[in-house]
Amino acid sequence: MSQVLVVAEHAGGKLNASTAKTVKAASSLAGADIVVAVFTTGGSPVAAQAAQLAGVTRVLEVTHASNDHQLAATLAPQVAEVGKPFTHLFAPSTTFGKDLMPRVAALLDAPQISDVMSIESETRFKRPIYAGNAITTVEVAGGTKIVATIRTASFEAAAGGGNAKVESVASSATLPSHSRFVSLAAASADRPDLQSASKVISGGRALASADAFKLIYGLADKLGAAVGASRAAVDAGYAPNDMQVGQTGKIIAPELYIAIGISGAIQHLTGIKDARTIVAINKDSEAPIFEVADIGLVGDLFTIVPELEKLIDASKQ
Amino acid sequence: MTNLPRRILVAIKRVVDYNVRIRVKPDGSGVMLDGVKLSINPFDQIAIEEALRIKERGRADEVVIATIAPADAQATLRNALAMGAQRALHVVTDGAHLEPLGVARVLLKLVEKEQPFLVILGKQAIDDDNNQTGQMLAALWDRPQATFASKIELTDTVARVTREVDAGLETLEVDLPAVVSTDLRLNEPRFVKLPEIMKAKTKPLETIALGSLGVPPDARVKVSKTEPPAARQRGIMVKDTAALFAELQKRGLV
Repeated sequence: MSQVLVVAEHAGGKLNASTAKTVKAASSLAGADIVVAVFTTGGSPVAAQAAQLAGVTRVLEVTHASNDHQLAATLAPQVAEVGKPFTHLFAPSTTFGKDLMPRVAALLDAPQISDVMSIESETRFKRPIYAGNAITTVEVAGGTKIVATIRTASFEAAAGGGNAKVESVASSATLPSHSRFVSLAAASADRPDLQSASKVISGGRALASADAFKLIYGLADKLGAAVGASRAAVDAGYAPNDMQVGQTGKIIAPELYIAIGISGAIQHLTGIKDARTIVAINKDSEAPIFEVADIGLVGDLFTIVPELEKLIDASKQ
Repeated sequence: MTNLPRRILVAIKRVVDYNVRIRVKPDGSGVMLDGVKLSINPFDQIAIEEALRIKERGRADEVVIATIAPADAQATLRNALAMGAQRALHVVTDGAHLEPLGVARVLLKLVEKEQPFLVILGKQAIDDDNNQTGQMLAALWDRPQATFASKIELTDTVARVTREVDAGLETLEVDLPAVVSTDLRLNEPRFVKLPEIMKAKTKPLETIALGSLGVPPDARVKVSKTEPPAARQRGIMVKDTAALFAELQKRGLV
């Protein structure tokens, strides 16, 4: 039977939504014993939040004074220490998990499987290569300890309502002092987070200026959506780097994705192909974005976006 | 780090050029690689550029490029030298396959030989998309890692690195020596000029047989099938904004 350790991602006393998706992925291993490890300085509400996730058998709160900032250099020895008895060690394939898990894998001499999108068995997994342009099935021999990061766009969140036991232990791992947190400049907080938003509106090069990009913000705010941008728009300076959606930016899977003035380069489509509904607005009827759009509208965005805003306003009255 | 040579080691990988449209073999045995253009992994190109800029700022004396690849990858190393690096190390694999942990073990051997104060490499190769090697090297070396770097500032003893993380931009301070992996926006790599290409032909390039390094083969993850991704179906076209809004309402999306 699989013994799965899920490394929780959390910040500011809140469990990151990616953790529930990682738990859901772990529960596709039949009969798995799923333990969530939460690394804290002690007394954090996060362990109790993890205990509510359906499918979790136990929550292990590992405390250490250095856990106020979740740095890979200091977390990895702790994960490796508590991870020894487990057959599978999972973390979300967010920048947190991507940073941490290879360091854990090296400490445990275990192979890592990155960006798992499907768990076929205890030893067989599917993962994308070439930015999702090919999907591989990878296998390890039975009994191989596996470290993996879970592609959160491929799994739903585990339900709540669980009541797992929380166990707290002080870490006895020897931790290095060579890595220190300095600061975090958070992305804008007045809009939903691009990575986890259920609705995303993105603008492309056709906006033609940073000023015109405000049109995208305006529509997004009316819909309660996060704002994204194509690489072309970012490179042209219309939108900041952290808003880039695509292979080299953020890979997202919202319920609704509206691409405005985006032609649909392969590298952009790679970032949105798991969106539930894709809407494309573009004046070029030949734009590749229409090949993947569920709803397409050919026309001038500078006319269509204000019209759409008016219709949204009218529907709210 | 004061007694370390002022040397930066940059690890690069030769991959299918990012402009090539990938096709999966019909029998599911892999992707078609015959005759496709091969280039330096774009994230590794950024790593080379950053090392050169650090040297040009007077914070390093030497930039050494390393790759682990078949014998015919020498042209890729010459391209890296043409960007401005001083010399190259070519660990020749001769058909042996290495997983990221094996690659990290080989790089550790090179680190022990060269004693760099900084190792820079791409955050991931755009073929396997593993995003593991830098972190694994840092763990085996027992040194700090600063992944997904968008800015690197150096003093004699520390690197202050800004990282692109999901929550925004995180800044870390790490003691040297350290491993830094690059993200896309760290810099824009320079174009190579013809005289540099000529000069690169005579720069030192050391070949090292993989077998001579004593790193055990590492083949625990087997690829049993490769398939194309599920295609999205083309949807409907609507004639105007009102029809678009009606369709969104019908689907419960607004």
